[in-house]
Amino acid sequence: MAKRKVVLFLVCLIPFIHTGWQLLYGDKADPLAYATHATGDWALRFILITLAVTPLRLITGMTQLVRYRRMLGLFAFFYVTVHFSVYWVLDLAIINGVGFSELLQYVTTDIFKRPYITVGFSAFLLLLPLALTSTNRMMKRLGKKWKPLHRTVYLIAVLGVVHYFWLVKKDLREPLIYLSILIALFAVRLFYHYRKTLRRAAANKSLPEAQRKPA
Amino acid sequence: MLIKSRQNNQLTENHVTDQGIYRQRRSFITSAAALAGMAAVPQLWLPGNAVAGARLAFKKTGYGQGLKPTSRKHITTYNNFYEFGTSKSAPAANAKSLKPRPWSVAVDGEVEKPGTYALEDILKNQSLEERIYRLRCVEGWSMVIPWVGFPLVDLIKRLKPTSKAKFVEFQTLHDPEQMPGQRRTVLAWPYTEGLRIDEAVHPLTLLAVGLYGEVLPNQNGAPLRLVVPWKYGFKNIKSIVRIRFVEKQPRSSWQAAAPHEYGFYANVNPQVDHPRWSQKTERVIGSFGRRKTELFNGFAEQVAGLYRGMDLKKNY
Ligand code: HEM
Repeated sequence: MAKRKVVLFLVCLIPFIHTGWQLLYGDKADPLAYATHATGDWALRFILITLAVTPLRLITGMTQLVRYRRMLGLFAFFYVTVHFSVYWVLDLAIINGVGFSELLQYVTTDIFKRPYITVGFSAFLLLLPLALTSTNRMMKRLGKKWKPLHRTVYLIAVLGVVHYFWLVKKDLREPLIYLSILIALFAVRLFYHYRKTLRRAAANKSLPEAQRKPA
Repeated sequence: MLIKSRQNNQLTENHVTDQGIYRQRRSFITSAAALAGMAAVPQLWLPGNAVAGARLAFKKTGYGQGLKPTSRKHITTYNNFYEFGTSKSAPAANAKSLKPRPWSVAVDGEVEKPGTYALEDILKNQSLEERIYRLRCVEGWSMVIPWVGFPLVDLIKRLKPTSKAKFVEFQTLHDPEQMPGQRRTVLAWPYTEGLRIDEAVHPLTLLAVGLYGEVLPNQNGAPLRLVVPWKYGFKNIKSIVRIRFVEKQPRSSWQAAAPHEYGFYANVNPQVDHPRWSQKTERVIGSFGRRKTELFNGFAEQVAGLYRGMDLKKNY
């Protein structure tokens, strides 16, 4: 078990190492834009991969998959953080030496004046509590509230996709792909959810009258 | 790598060529051309039927002195040319299917000498010059390109527009066989751009046929493209097949696609942000750095007069 987690951890780091390597040695025409785009792609992919765990479990019956979900979710958070840090921290603050007050101005106009960043940043803010409540202790403390809280990851995924739609200039194919995946994942969940309720109702009906639960 | 190996060798050669050698070479080419004289230029140098990568004869100019050209590799592999795909690398990968020779340009509208002109005829007796201009893309980056071409006004004078010609409209080739990106309607094909006539005859406005001293690679808009250095890159229409002189302001393809984001003028202006991103600074291609974007891309002195009394925020 633990070994598999180590392997998964290293696999999840590959895009980060690859992007960093390309950034430094890839002779990229626009290295910082490259890194922003690559980490943005991986942020969205990890959100969707995390969201895929439950549908996959439902389809394959592999219950052990759930054990890897926390790590995948934390990697989504990691890539989002790296993603906007490349722009705000690495590009503006470190490499191009934008002073603190000017930087603050950049960040606030970005957040408030550029809708796609407003949406992206909202997604990040919503991810923050999920990352903070991902520990076993927090899970216990939150008890029944933990699950509904972590369902906001669907909203986060939607915001991530909207963010992408909003920033492309003209060609919508890639954001459409991500949207389709998101819809498919949601459809699987809905399907299983309704099947469960239908089965319950059917099972209920087949019971003798006295044992039936009220509908 | 989808680029032909011959081109590949040139890429590497040029990539390692440092500034000094490049300059020496240019002056060698220039003096060789001067020695040969324009009439006696060897076949290889005749731009009318030269292929991508062939050396051009041209004279140097002072435009762009002190600017360090972006590497040839980045100029020829980082392109926006949606006719070959929407990613930056697609044009270099897909533009092989374009056949830039033979080529002709249709001229019509409010003009005394309409007709279809073969590229050879357009370039015959037309001396070429090198101008180093910074190209500022509306997306927020810029690169420095040593163009080889001639002022558009030279051609316009020969075509003799009438007094009704208030604007010039340009069109790119529309042929999905040669331009596979046109199989999808990403933009309204053919790509259309326009200039006000005074912008078109401005001495800074160039028709380019080459870069880095050689015939234009297909992905950079072969065989003939517009370069208007004080405007955002998308005004620089590529692979031109039609020039119309018109009375009414033409509608450019990007304007048609998103009128609230891309205007007719598209002058570089750090004070007028794109609705979705800032235009105050630009990333410098081939580096990690940014530079402050300049009004009219640094040509305010030469072109601000064209827009006197106009609200540049409204006429973006
Ligand atoms: C959950 C949060 C987010 C997700 C999933 C996400 C995802 C993405 C994706 C998929 C792209 C497109 C990459 C490509 O074109 O290949 C992108 C681009 C970008 N994102 Fe985000 N993003 C998020 C948050 C943010 C935040 C908070 C910022 C704030 C700075 C930001 C700034 C950008 C920028 C500047 C681009 C490039 C835009 C361009 O110039 O084309 N993103 N993001």
